[in-house]
Amino acid sequence: MKTSSPMKWFATREGLYYLGLAALLVIILPLILDPFRLNMVGKYLTYAFVAVGLVMCWGKAGILSLGQGVFFGLGGYCMAMFLKLEASTPEATAIQSTPGIPDFMDWNQLTALPWFWEPFHSFSFTLIAVIGVPVLLAFVIGLAMFTRRVGGVYFAIITQAIAAVLTILIIGQQGFTGGVNGITDLQTLKGWDIRTDEARTTLYFVCVGMLFLCLFVARFVQNRKLGRILVAMNAQETRVRFSGYDVAAFKIFVFCLAAAFAGVGGAMFTLIVGFMSPSFIGIVASIEMVIFCALGGRLSILGAVYGALLVNAAKSGFSESFPELWPFAMGALFIGVVLAFPNGMAGLYQSYVMPLEDRLFKRNKGQKLDTKPAEKAAEPKPTAEKTDDYDPMIDSYSPEKS
Amino acid sequence: MFDGYTSSELMSIFAMQGFAGLSLFSVFVLMALGLTIIFGQMGVINMAHGEFMILGAYTTYLTSGFFQSYLPGLFGGYFFVAMILAFFVCAALGALVEWLMIRHLYHRPLDTLLATWGLSLIMQQAYRSIFGAREVGVDLPEWMLGAFNVTDLVQLPINGLFVMIIALSIAVGLYLLMYRSGYGKKVRAVVQNRPMAEAVGINSAGIDRATFALGCGIAGVAGAAFTMIGSTGPSSGQAYIVDTFLVVVFGGAQSLIGTIVSAFGISQAQSTMEFFLSGSMAKVLTLLVVIGILMLRPEGLMALKVRR
Repeated sequence: MKTSSPMKWFATREGLYYLGLAALLVIILPLILDPFRLNMVGKYLTYAFVAVGLVMCWGKAGILSLGQGVFFGLGGYCMAMFLKLEASTPEATAIQSTPGIPDFMDWNQLTALPWFWEPFHSFSFTLIAVIGVPVLLAFVIGLAMFTRRVGGVYFAIITQAIAAVLTILIIGQQGFTGGVNGITDLQTLKGWDIRTDEARTTLYFVCVGMLFLCLFVARFVQNRKLGRILVAMNAQETRVRFSGYDVAAFKIFVFCLAAAFAGVGGAMFTLIVGFMSPSFIGIVASIEMVIFCALGGRLSILGAVYGALLVNAAKSGFSESFPELWPFAMGALFIGVVLAFPNGMAGLYQSYVMPLEDRLFKRNKGQKLDTKPAEKAAEPKPTAEKTDDYDPMIDSYSPEKS
Repeated sequence: MFDGYTSSELMSIFAMQGFAGLSLFSVFVLMALGLTIIFGQMGVINMAHGEFMILGAYTTYLTSGFFQSYLPGLFGGYFFVAMILAFFVCAALGALVEWLMIRHLYHRPLDTLLATWGLSLIMQQAYRSIFGAREVGVDLPEWMLGAFNVTDLVQLPINGLFVMIIALSIAVGLYLLMYRSGYGKKVRAVVQNRPMAEAVGINSAGIDRATFALGCGIAGVAGAAFTMIGSTGPSSGQAYIVDTFLVVVFGGAQSLIGTIVSAFGISQAQSTMEFFLSGSMAKVLTLLVVIGILMLRPEGLMALKVRR
C-alpha cells in the first residue's frame, strides 16, 4: 500500500480517482459554468466537508451524529462574526444610535459589543476559532458521552437535541446573534470585497483547495492503523476494548475530526454565500447532511463529495421547477438509500463499475489488491451483514498490538 | 430569578404554571407512549411518529366535518368515533410501513432512523398537498368548552382535563396490555430472546408487526386528542419529535413508568421556567439539563439494570 513517491501514487487507481475529482472541480466545472452557478457549486462543496467528516465518524467509526449542523454553524458563525465586525465600522454605521456595533444589535437596543464578540476583531483569532470552537464543543460532548459509553441511538438523539438547543438559542438571543435572520450583509474580508464575481470565483478555488486538504487528512487517517481501529471498533467494540485500546479516546478523536471538517465547511459557506442563518444548521439541515454522506457512500471519502454535490444540485434543480416534489424526492432518497443500497453510490460503483473497469483495462486481481488494499478491506459488500465481514479484519489486527 | 416575589406569590406561581404545564405533559405522554413501545420493545427509532400523530389529527378533522354535515345531532359524541377511527387508520398504515420498510431494518437501528425520517418527509408533503399548508382546527362540542375554577388564580379548561384523562387512561391500558396480557408476555419474550421465543411457537414477525401497528395507532389517538387543545398543520408533528425522543430516552427506553415520570418532569420544568425566563430560554435550559442528566445516567431514569 505504501507508494514511494507522490507521483507514483497518482498513477494508482485511487490516485486516478482523486485526479478525476480534481479535474472535475478545478477544470471542467469552472469552464462550463457561469460565475453564479459556480458559486452555487461552491456552496454545495461546503457541505461536502461535513459529509467527509461524517464518513469518518459515522461510516468508519459507527458514530452517527445528527448534530453536524452545530459544528458547521459554529464555524460559519465565527467567520460571520468577523466579517460583520469588519462591515460595522463607526463610519458605516453612523446612523445608528450606537455606531460601531452590528446593526441587529442596535435594533435590539444593545449599546455595547458583547464580550464574546470582542476577540472576533482579530482575523487570526477567527481562523483559529473556526476550527477551535467546533472541536472544543465536540471534545466536551465526546468526553461526556463516550467515556460514559453512550453510543448508537442514544448518541444520535442527544446530538439532535443539541442541534435543537443551538438553534433555539440563536433564534432566541436575537440581540447577540441576529436571531432568525442570522448575520447578514457581510461585505469584505480584510478589505477584499467578497461579493464580486472575481472574489466568488477565487473563493470557489480556495474552497476546492481546502476540501482536498480535508480529503487527504481523512485519507491519511483512514489508511493508518488508527483508521483500521476505528473500523474495528464499529464492528466489535468490546473486542477492541479488551485488546487494550482506549475506545473512548478514539471515538472522541474521530468526532472532533468530523467537527473540525464541518467547522471549516461552515466558514467557507459564510464566505461563499455571504451570510449565515440558523436555517442552515438546525435539525432538518443536520439530518440532510447525513443523507449527503449516505447517498455518496458512507464508507467512501470521495463518494461523500459526490453525494453532497448531487443531492444539492438535485435540490436546486427540483425546487426551482417543482417545489412540491422535492420533499417527496428527498424522502424517497432516504428510504431508497437505506433499503436498497446502504453503501451508497460508492458501493454501487464498487460492485458494478469496478469489475467492468478491470475487464476493460485488463487489470488482474493481484494488481488490484496491490493498489487498493485499504479501500477493499474497509468496504464490505453492500448487502452483506456487517459483523461477518469485519471479523477477520480484527483478528488480523490483534497480533499487531503488543 | 426569584427576586421580587414573596414566598406565597412563588407558591401560587408554581401552582399556576404547574397546571399550565399539564397540557404539555399530556401531549408528551401521548406521543411518548407510542414511541416507547416501538423504541423500547423493538429498538426501532420511528422519526415519522409525529406524522402518524398528525394523521390521527386529520382523521379527527375529517370525522368532525362529516358529523357536522350529516349527523349534527350526534356531534357531541363525534370525538369518540374519531378516536377509534384514528387508531385504526394509523395502525393500518403502521402495519403497512412495517411490512414494506421496517422489517428489513431490525438489525440496523440507526438506519431505521434515516428511513423513517424519509417517510416523515413524504407524509408531511402529502399532508401539505392534500390539506394545504394552513393549520386546521376542529370545532369542540359544547360540553368541552369552559373551565373549572380551582382557585381564583388557577383555571382548568375542560378540554385540557379531558385530554389528560385520555393520556392517563391510555397509559394504564398500555400497562395492562404489556404486563398483564398474553400478547404483552409474547412481546416481552420476543424482546428478551427472539430465537427462544420462536422456538416455543411465538410468531415473532407477527408480534413485531402488531407492536409497530399498536405504537402507530396510539400515535393516532394522540393526534385525535391533540386536536382538542391545538390546531394541526403539516409540520406540527416534527415540532415535537425531538422533545418526545428525549422524554423516552430520559425515562429509560423500556419503562412505561419512566416515560410518564420524565414527561411530567420535563413539561413541569419547562412550564415553570417559562414564567421567569423567555419561552425559548426555558426550553434551552430544560433540554440542557436533560442532556446533562443523560450523560450521568445514560440508561435513563428508570432503566432496567443490565450489564453493559
